[in-house]
Amino acid sequence: MSNRNIAFNSETLELVQKIIRRYPEGKQKSALIPVLHIAQAEFDGWLSPEVMDYVASLLRIQPVEVYEVASFYSMFNLKPVGKCVIEVCRTSSCWMLGAEDVVAHFGKKYGIKPGETSKDGMFTLKTVECLGSCGTAPMMQVGADYYENLTLDKVDQLMDRFKKDGKRKSYTDTPEPRNQ
Amino acid sequence: MSRKLLLTHNDVPGIQSYEVYRQQGGYASVEKALKTMAPDAVTEEVKKSGLRGRGGAGFPTGMKWSFLAKPPGVARYLVCNADESEPGTFKDRYLMERIPHLLVEGMITASYALGANTSFIYIRGEYFYVSRILEKAIEEAYAAGWLGRNILGTDYSLDLYVQVGAGAYICGEETALLESLEGKRGNPRIKPPFPAVAGLYGCPTVVNNVETIAAVVPIVMQGGDEYAKIGVGKSTGTKLISASGHINKPGVYEIEMGVPVEEFIYSEKYCGGIRNGKKLKAVVAGGSSVPILPADLILKTAKGEPRLMTYESMADGGFATGTMLGSGGFIVMDEDTSIVKNLWNFSRFYHHESCGQCSPCREGTGWMEKILHKILDGHGTLEDIDLLWDIQSKIEGKTICPLGDAAAWPVASAIRHFRAEFEEYVKNPKGIKDVKHYYRIHKLQEA
Amino acid sequence: MAKVTIDGKTIEVPDGTTILNAARMIGGNVVPPAMCYYSHLKTSGGYCRTCLVKVTKGSEKDPRPMPKPVASCRTTVMDGMEVQNMTAPDLQEARAGVVEFLLINHPLDCPICDQAGECHLQDLGYEHGKARTRYEFKRRTFPMTDIGKYIKLHVNRCILCYRCVKVADQLCPGRVHGVMYRGDVAEISTYIKNAVEHEMCGNMIDVCPVGALTDMTFRFKNRVWFTKPVDAHRSCDKCCGKVRLWYKGEEVLRVTARKDQWGEVQTFDGKPGWICNSCRFEHKLTSDWVIEGPSHIDRHSVISANHYELKEGHKKTDKPRKNLEGKRIQLGEGALDPNNK
Repeated sequence: MSNRNIAFNSETLELVQKIIRRYPEGKQKSALIPVLHIAQAEFDGWLSPEVMDYVASLLRIQPVEVYEVASFYSMFNLKPVGKCVIEVCRTSSCWMLGAEDVVAHFGKKYGIKPGETSKDGMFTLKTVECLGSCGTAPMMQVGADYYENLTLDKVDQLMDRFKKDGKRKSYTDTPEPRNQ
Repeated sequence: MSRKLLLTHNDVPGIQSYEVYRQQGGYASVEKALKTMAPDAVTEEVKKSGLRGRGGAGFPTGMKWSFLAKPPGVARYLVCNADESEPGTFKDRYLMERIPHLLVEGMITASYALGANTSFIYIRGEYFYVSRILEKAIEEAYAAGWLGRNILGTDYSLDLYVQVGAGAYICGEETALLESLEGKRGNPRIKPPFPAVAGLYGCPTVVNNVETIAAVVPIVMQGGDEYAKIGVGKSTGTKLISASGHINKPGVYEIEMGVPVEEFIYSEKYCGGIRNGKKLKAVVAGGSSVPILPADLILKTAKGEPRLMTYESMADGGFATGTMLGSGGFIVMDEDTSIVKNLWNFSRFYHHESCGQCSPCREGTGWMEKILHKILDGHGTLEDIDLLWDIQSKIEGKTICPLGDAAAWPVASAIRHFRAEFEEYVKNPKGIKDVKHYYRIHKLQEA
Repeated sequence: MAKVTIDGKTIEVPDGTTILNAARMIGGNVVPPAMCYYSHLKTSGGYCRTCLVKVTKGSEKDPRPMPKPVASCRTTVMDGMEVQNMTAPDLQEARAGVVEFLLINHPLDCPICDQAGECHLQDLGYEHGKARTRYEFKRRTFPMTDIGKYIKLHVNRCILCYRCVKVADQLCPGRVHGVMYRGDVAEISTYIKNAVEHEMCGNMIDVCPVGALTDMTFRFKNRVWFTKPVDAHRSCDKCCGKVRLWYKGEEVLRVTARKDQWGEVQTFDGKPGWICNSCRFEHKLTSDWVIEGPSHIDRHSVISANHYELKEGHKKTDKPRKNLEGKRIQLGEGALDPNNK
């Protein structure tokens, strides 16, 4: 792990302060989940104990309160992840319409099983519970974006794009324009 | 002829933007409420409308509002529940993505009625991109003077914020949502006290679903009585239904309460029938937690009457032969679907999403998943089916929040209506393995 | 005041009393078991669901029954309320279900668990559980950890009652442990290796209803039913100093807070008798203490075996422990009563 100093830049700090100001006096803990999202995006896509301690100090709460929350919610990664975290919905309609095939495809073609990260550190595959996209099943989420009505060809095209792009993807990214 | 009240301007290009929304008559309900109505008069209209909570429980919204405690000098909050996570449900996402200003408008009008000066839209973390759309809409509303200090020159002020969650189905339960909004683990609170008395930060709070709040707009505009004319009996107005599964036209449909289920499934206006000319096997009508019904019982009640898309008709016959309208997550399964496999998928979901706070749900959900897995693996016994039944009965009604019930009902209903299929899995594990449990993607590509 | 009837026994209690506390005031077998509720800890209770009761009549004003069983520890009585506990067979069945849930992932390692003999889960299983488990899958396991130099954390045995978290929140400012993750993998943990060090943290051991948090200074020293509890006190500036010493022969093996019949620390001068780490872990010589006499142990408890104490009003001996130890005592009316009743 890197020993670099963990701190937000002044612009992000300003954003954090703005979020804290939404809540009544003394209720700054309310900002915890939004700030953890920002921290995860900023510090390599996962929440190390150091990052969580930093967030605790920003919100003036005990570090354990941050660990409790971060470990509760499935969108927070407590271990290092690849640049693109691919989250395939595995519930209900997605599952009825082929989510298992999508997951199997990642294993066969890209050698990544759920919970694993590719050797080049580019991709992490996760299976997740219902993402509210049942009418456009099967689907997956990468960063802020939903990719719906998946076919295996579509998955391959997306993978090529992510690879070429090579950038880290976060939930807080500006989403791609969607076809309405 | 079916009327639309929420998705009226759904197809207008650019309806996401403030200008277009305003041109279509947007924000008129705020104008009407703030300038011509007292807050209680708005609540009164909502009461008259017969609107029931669209999140799943169907509790009368006007009554919920009138329970709100109003001690002087204490802040009150309105929190919109946009943590839509019930499998099979995606109507709120659709609505927020398509017509974000409708929710913002509803939030302002409803906040005014309740006397809330700070309101939150709590949206599930996975919908991050939708939160951006809402934030933009809110920004536009501030710029146009619909939010902030002294709205429309009145003495009413409101701040509206979007708060994102981070991946937890349980936060759709209103007290877990409030805990999460306070920056804590999404553990449901023990009630009483109810949020109407002690909710967010211990203050009186109303938590309403996205669709419920959006419906306040047409109710204020045309009056509660007019709204109540639509629908059947105590199921008034229109409802958004998320249709998915083995149907030709999945998507979100706004229906008038009272459309027959048969029409909804087979007509071209809605689902357009079952894919690939297959037969209907079963339907989960209100999101994954409501009891599954076989084809004959979803199309007709046990009395032989056509089943309608209303709270009452869906529940006709109780759980023995009926189900619930729930959140309107309408999952259709064709004749090739394996109920047992499907149930395992649901059980895995509830196991994954149990918060772990109270023992029956924490331990029972995992146990049920394991037994179903064992049956699917071909190692099940007939006793396992009885055991499953017994476990679900020991979870239902014994937990802090309804997640326990939500995990128990699918198991109970699947065994109740499809016991033979479970027995077949147990007795003849090889034979059943030939049945396709889901469509393979290459098949879809061929089609 | 509110009148409440539990299993046919009526009592009048102050407004705001919970059903559980009303039942405790009545006493006997109308009292539901409670694994997570602890009267001295605010916001405790409601999680374990063992204290569920049936409310067959809501109140005089609104006699409707409650649709579901309610947690008696978190439901306040209403005037005219009628409650069923032991008299409702379906409720007993439901409770047996809860007990089964609590046990499916429990290691059942009582033979090597220090808590055995004073374990609430053991009692609960004995009284309300079934003889056989129907669970045939692998039980979840967690590694054992030391949280601080005095406390061993054995999450396998934990039933997530949250009592220790509430002790940390309410007695030990600067909490370092809590509940991590969720669902059936939720665990009590410090997440990273933070030591629990606050001077009152030892009370977490006392409130733990099972053997998840045990005293490392007592670990594997003896079975509790072979030790003899004696009440004692010392003057302490950090706590009430009123403790229970657990003797084996001449040696004090363990010091705990004094507990009442519900397994909760006793109240002294209106305050809960929590004790500090110094009294608990660092004062284990008889000479550190002023001995008061043998502790009252309910005959219900396995610890009451081979345990004697003076009956109320009987003359106390001024040589308390030493002379009692190892001697056969002739029992007779008005003499030493082994049953404490």
